[in-house]
Amino acid sequence: MFRLVLRRGAGLVLTLLVMSLAIFLVMEVLPGDPAAIQLGTSGRADTLAALRQSMGLDQPAVVRYLAWISGMLRGDFGTSFTYGVPVAGLIAERLAVTLPLALMAIVLSTAIALPLGVIAAARNGTAVDHGATLFTQICVAVPNFWIGLVLILLFSSQLGWFPAGGFPGWEAGLGAGLKALLLPAVALALPQSAILARVTRAAVLDVLNEDFVATARAKGLNRSAALWRHVVPNALVPVVTIMGLQFSFLIAGAVLVENVFVLPGLGRLAFQALAQRDLLVIRDVVLLFAGLVVVVNFLVDMAYLALDPRLRGRA
Amino acid sequence: MSGALLSRLAGRLPLILGGAITACIIGTALVSQVWTPEAPTRMRFALKLKGPLAQGLLGTDHFGRDLTSMLMVGAWNSLSIAVLAVLLGAMAGTLLGVTAAARAGIIDGAIMRLCDILFAFPAVLSAIMLGALMGPGALTAVVAIGVFMIPVFARVTRSAAAQVWARDYVLAARAAGKGAARITLEHVLPNIAGQIIVQVTIQLGLAILTEAGLSFLGLGIAPPAPSWGRMLADAQTYLTAAPHLALVPGIAIALSVLGFNLLGDGLRDLIDPRRRLAA
Amino acid sequence: MMLEVRDLAIDIARPDAEPLRLVNDVSFRLAAGRTLGIVGESGSGKSMLLKALIGLLPGTIRATGSILFDGTDLLALGEAEMCRVRGRRIGMIFQEPMTALNPAQRIGDQIAEGIRWHRRVSAAEARAEALQWLERVRIPDARRRIDTYPHEMSGGQRQRVGIAIALAMRPDLLIADEPTTALDVTVQAEILDIFDELVSDLGVGLILVSHDLGVIGRIADETLVLYAGTRMEEGPTEAVLRHPRHPYTRGLLAAMPRRGGGVGAGGDLPTIPGTVPSLAALPPGCRFANRCGCVTEACRAAEPAWRTAADGRGLRCILGPEAAA
Repeated sequence: MFRLVLRRGAGLVLTLLVMSLAIFLVMEVLPGDPAAIQLGTSGRADTLAALRQSMGLDQPAVVRYLAWISGMLRGDFGTSFTYGVPVAGLIAERLAVTLPLALMAIVLSTAIALPLGVIAAARNGTAVDHGATLFTQICVAVPNFWIGLVLILLFSSQLGWFPAGGFPGWEAGLGAGLKALLLPAVALALPQSAILARVTRAAVLDVLNEDFVATARAKGLNRSAALWRHVVPNALVPVVTIMGLQFSFLIAGAVLVENVFVLPGLGRLAFQALAQRDLLVIRDVVLLFAGLVVVVNFLVDMAYLALDPRLRGRA
Repeated sequence: MSGALLSRLAGRLPLILGGAITACIIGTALVSQVWTPEAPTRMRFALKLKGPLAQGLLGTDHFGRDLTSMLMVGAWNSLSIAVLAVLLGAMAGTLLGVTAAARAGIIDGAIMRLCDILFAFPAVLSAIMLGALMGPGALTAVVAIGVFMIPVFARVTRSAAAQVWARDYVLAARAAGKGAARITLEHVLPNIAGQIIVQVTIQLGLAILTEAGLSFLGLGIAPPAPSWGRMLADAQTYLTAAPHLALVPGIAIALSVLGFNLLGDGLRDLIDPRRRLAA
Repeated sequence: MMLEVRDLAIDIARPDAEPLRLVNDVSFRLAAGRTLGIVGESGSGKSMLLKALIGLLPGTIRATGSILFDGTDLLALGEAEMCRVRGRRIGMIFQEPMTALNPAQRIGDQIAEGIRWHRRVSAAEARAEALQWLERVRIPDARRRIDTYPHEMSGGQRQRVGIAIALAMRPDLLIADEPTTALDVTVQAEILDIFDELVSDLGVGLILVSHDLGVIGRIADETLVLYAGTRMEEGPTEAVLRHPRHPYTRGLLAAMPRRGGGVGAGGDLPTIPGTVPSLAALPPGCRFANRCGCVTEACRAAEPAWRTAADGRGLRCILGPEAAA
């Protein structure tokens, strides 16, 4: 088991390295000089040369790549051209919004999807099941940022229960922070929960016909005890797989939803960096986001070992 | 109407409904290329922010542009970007998938690893990166969405192709000395074409959804060409004053995605490999 | 009488047709501490019968008649009342030990779960009882094995765990659906030993379903022969196996591989010719007529009634008990 974790860990490091190389190469190969892009059309030749030197662009690509990676590893992400502050601090500040938002969205989506999928499967073919199918079909089709707009329209413009956007900062208290993140989290969670509910339903239906469920029922367990104690734990592996894959969509969704709700998160930082053509920030944020997806998928792999004891023996 | 016929119709409901919705959307997109009620880019400040039916069928935006016309041309723009992106993803992904299935071992492993890495780049992220370098535009959107779809198609194709490779007639063809490329062309591709078509349909829905997100961020087709995503971005400013500006394009997006998803589900039921094996 | 099944019939609902009868006219009795063997080929309805006894028929399948268990008709009980009978009064053992245990739960917990579901005992007490049961079903090194998962055990060991799960709730009646079919011959013998010992030690009534007359002959006091959803012959096991009265029972006995000899002298295993008729298209007469060596015109006219002979043995054959002798 230890060897298994070690081997997957080595794979993770390799993936992250290939990924960083890919990002670096895209930035290299595609037309456009980072310094020129940053200065825009107004740049004078001598300013450009000076900027190129300060950005290290006069050095060979290999040296720059190594400098970037070793800097990332030391926590030195470089200095943002636009903000004039270390990118690391900027990212840390923004992560304090994006991570709680993503976490809330995952919790909400699971809290909706798991009961919905399980109940739809347990009542397969009934009106409850058809209702759940209708709900999921619609939620999958609706863009999360549009849900955000509708939620603002409903809960802040009309009812005035929630702020229309912005983030007071965690200094304002946990309650105020969570309140500001609730509507964005709902907007992010609904489409994800629909996908998750469909996967849960299918997984539970698969397990429902297993022999060990009959064993549990023959012990005298009633339907719901057999369902939640024996069926659901065995249906979780595909559900957790999808949760891991969804993280990638959640990151993408965060960029959109943070812009709808004007939240100072990582997604909005990437968007602003784009507007300001701050390539260093974009490069770092993209690697961070993509790296986060890979790391989460690694953790999901590890979660299998906890969920399915049969996998532990195989190395 | 007999009960059996009714229940068979109910079983085909996704296919019928999905087909009808997609036909409407595609029809609207095509019509928009020859006729719209107004020129979609014509500004009429005197008529700005009119509600539905007050001016035109769906009202006007903050520049007094006709919402119906923008929506129609937006359908064309959304669909064409989505179709190009899915074509890119489907062609590259299928190529990778059949190669991985034909060549087990290191090449297979390398291709699947590559797919894992590509999958970690959501379209919005690649679009931001590409947008910074090449400037936003239709090409950026197509590439960003298409690249994200490569691993999706590669995985589906690989597992479907691997099943074909395990069949007896493929073994026979190999024994007869046919090469991997020929077997792929003669046996594998014809057998997995149905599954690829189902995937194309479903991914078209996702591509429309993603395209809307990208143009919402300003990373899609360049203005003044109308797009559903940017219409939503513009609507945000007038959310309280003119909520219909935000509602109408959103419903258009959701309906198109729903249509393609239902059509994909219906097609999948129609050519379900399990049912085909049983027959 | 602990269990008395009267006129049991089982029907499955069909969307476009009349319900299909899977089991028809089955009655039998079982006294506490006795063992009944039910024999039949696949499709004879034996598994459905067991599921009806424990009240776990799928939603589209309905049983009619009566199943009197200590005087209470189980078919008249609601789901909540039936949950108190299941496990606690009637335990069940399944055919496939590889799939009948929850792969994500330690075996000790699976045994303790039933104990705690029916009785108010602490987790520690239930675990101690589970350990005792593992020892009684002769799991070696039970103290260590109690925390293993099913996939770490062999098929025979898993079947012992299955027996422990059922017996740990101390039921009065145990029903077992082909409990040794999926196991190797040597393991089969061990499992049957365990059955024999525990059933007589605990005074549990046992209904054992099998297609294997060797298993039935070894363990059952009484034997009931099913064919295509109905009973063909019933009586004390020894009498039925030594002096079978129904041509079908004789066919089953002839088709049995001899111990040690393996395949018969001619190199072919004798089998009953033909196949079990489809339940959707039963012949008007005897269900066995199309495969029977003693078939007469009268057999095809109407289905023979169930008759009890003077010695108490039951038979569904127009030839009657004397013909066979």
